[in-house]
Amino acid sequence: MADPATISPSTLLKDELDIVIPTIRNLDFLEMWRPFFQPYHLIIVQDGDPSKAIKVPEGFDYELYNRNDINRILGPKASCISFKDSACRCFGYMVSKKKYIYTIDDDCFVAKDPSGKDINALEQHIKNLLSPSTPFFFNTLYDPYRAGADFVRGYPFSLREGVPTAVSHGLWLNIPDYDAPTQLVKPLERNTRYVDAVMTIPKGTLFPMCGMNLAFDRELIGPAMYFGLMGDGQPIGRYDDMWAGWCTKVICDHLGWGVKTGLPYIWHSKASNPFVNLRKEYKGIYWQEELIPFFQSVTLPKDCTSVQKCYIEIANQVKAKLGKVDDYFNKLADAMVTWIEAWDELNPSGASKSSDLPNGPSK
Amino acid sequence: MSLSIKDDEIDIVIGALRPDLTSFMNEWRTIFSRFHLIIVKDPDLKEELKIPEGLNLDVYKKPDIDRVVGTSTSTIFSGYSCRYFGYLVSRKKYIISVDDDCYPAKDNKGILVDAVAQHITNLTTPATPFFFNTLYDPFTEGADFVRGYPFSLRSGVQCALSCGLWLNLADYDAPTQALKPEERNSRYVDAVLTVPARTLMPISGINIAFNREVIGPALLPSLRLGGEGKFRWETMEDIWSGMCVKVVCDHLGLGVKTGMPYVWRNDRGDAIASLRKEWEGVKLMEEVVPFFQSVRLSREATTTEDCVAEVANVVKEQLGSKDPMFARAAKAMVDWVKLWKSVGSSTSSPGA
Repeated sequence: MADPATISPSTLLKDELDIVIPTIRNLDFLEMWRPFFQPYHLIIVQDGDPSKAIKVPEGFDYELYNRNDINRILGPKASCISFKDSACRCFGYMVSKKKYIYTIDDDCFVAKDPSGKDINALEQHIKNLLSPSTPFFFNTLYDPYRAGADFVRGYPFSLREGVPTAVSHGLWLNIPDYDAPTQLVKPLERNTRYVDAVMTIPKGTLFPMCGMNLAFDRELIGPAMYFGLMGDGQPIGRYDDMWAGWCTKVICDHLGWGVKTGLPYIWHSKASNPFVNLRKEYKGIYWQEELIPFFQSVTLPKDCTSVQKCYIEIANQVKAKLGKVDDYFNKLADAMVTWIEAWDELNPSGASKSSDLPNGPSK
Repeated sequence: MSLSIKDDEIDIVIGALRPDLTSFMNEWRTIFSRFHLIIVKDPDLKEELKIPEGLNLDVYKKPDIDRVVGTSTSTIFSGYSCRYFGYLVSRKKYIISVDDDCYPAKDNKGILVDAVAQHITNLTTPATPFFFNTLYDPFTEGADFVRGYPFSLRSGVQCALSCGLWLNLADYDAPTQALKPEERNSRYVDAVLTVPARTLMPISGINIAFNREVIGPALLPSLRLGGEGKFRWETMEDIWSGMCVKVVCDHLGLGVKTGMPYVWRNDRGDAIASLRKEWEGVKLMEEVVPFFQSVRLSREATTTEDCVAEVANVVKEQLGSKDPMFARAAKAMVDWVKLWKSVGSSTSSPGA
């Protein structure tokens, strides 16, 4: 039972949200998050050597999956889940039965706001997801639903109801999410700027979605959050979340849902090795010059009325248009289809509502 | 990382809707004193202007406006639109314009914000309209492009317009302010960001800056509400003008930034009293927004003047029949382009 003194409004969603954490090391970082995360169910996706035991701190309610579990549950379809890359986290999205997902990296800690107060990132993400987005017209005072703000003069009243929010993209203080070339040029740069804003990314605009501090409505957009083929045996790494973000944004734009970015901040503590990163990203840096125009020009037919249909359509277009950039995209397109098949198998329609199912294993 | 801008490349244009500019000028003095100011007195204002000594400025009043554009045309510069006269006669590259009820703001550290310097930084560093950077302005100190931002888009495009914000009295419409009479904006958001291409927004005229050489003719007085008044709640002229500017910038591949600098906007006026007047403007936006979202300019429109003329044409064709206000706005836009070509582009120096 949570201590009444720590109950915040956000724990009202404690039966509707899973926290998905990919890890290969340990989960010590959870100690710092305990006051905010303990009421929630965790899904740990253990990457790398399955024989290694990952210790989860006492008192957390969790389920843990290693590679053996992934293979067992998905069978041949397990080929779509990356190995030796945090992209494997999307397996967690697939097996979750909750409405919302929050995913966070194991080197991300609680940040402080300018007043020195600890930031409850999960609570802010929940606020972002539970309030509407405004993708059709930009509000110059950012999120109009936040306390102390509103729509500005000139904002049409017919657009003030907003649309459902599918994604809440948080940011990072300390080590910023730079690519390898930028890290090499500016190894000492730290993000110290706290920008007190949440905003909707306008319809038709793409962005680089980082998976370090990300929440989404799984019931709305879950099937689009496939993190691609990365890591072991693949020619590319560190583009998993980017890929998911571009697919997700195109689909959200098509289906009329919103994507927010900005608060909350977490404290990102580990700068990964830029030389290792460069090797992983190298192809991505070239390929994204093709990928961005591709995603900017994707149009989805009107009969793509579900996320899965939209996603399959994108997979077909990936094969048709990007297959010639590199054979990797043929494999990726196939993996995208496999992902949807696996998703639908594990989440047959009608069973995706989470409210009836009890939480996972006992503490 | 901005180019070194000479002070004499900048004009600060102030539309005076109230006669006593003493405290306004004194509060802004440390920030404005290096620059040349153009004060344009609202032609409807009867009282004499009171302006303190010691600033480098030119003042334009009704007789001056009449002399430059003719008495029949000078009516377009009534009220808040008087500032456009200043844009017209300026010969500088950059213009910064704030309403006369705005004062310098303080940032989160309590330091006075140099709005002029921030606007100039915004205008002289690239904009990035084709892909959203999640750390906002990548050219600012301590920030950069994030992972996943295509390298070919990192040089950005020229920024033509810089839209600032307001602490205290935010630019809300009358219904919103009437509903929340105590609400004051106290949130200082430490960011500048590029408004993405093809994304429209309400561009407020309260605190803006622009590259006159590049985008001058697109800031224009054209849409005038039937009941337009002397409070911002009673106007839509800047919102209309801003839609045109954004469409033109998107077409020409120029950038528009929003965010800092903040100014402190003083309480003024009664929102409830303005409600009756502003419903007109509020209703209009329902037509105006979808209209501008659908405007596509032709390949042949390669200059700002051409773009404005094309927009005027589309306004006339598609909106003219819905409300005579739009038909008048379309004509005003065409007239403005002509006026700009004859007065705005000539090399003659402005009258005293």
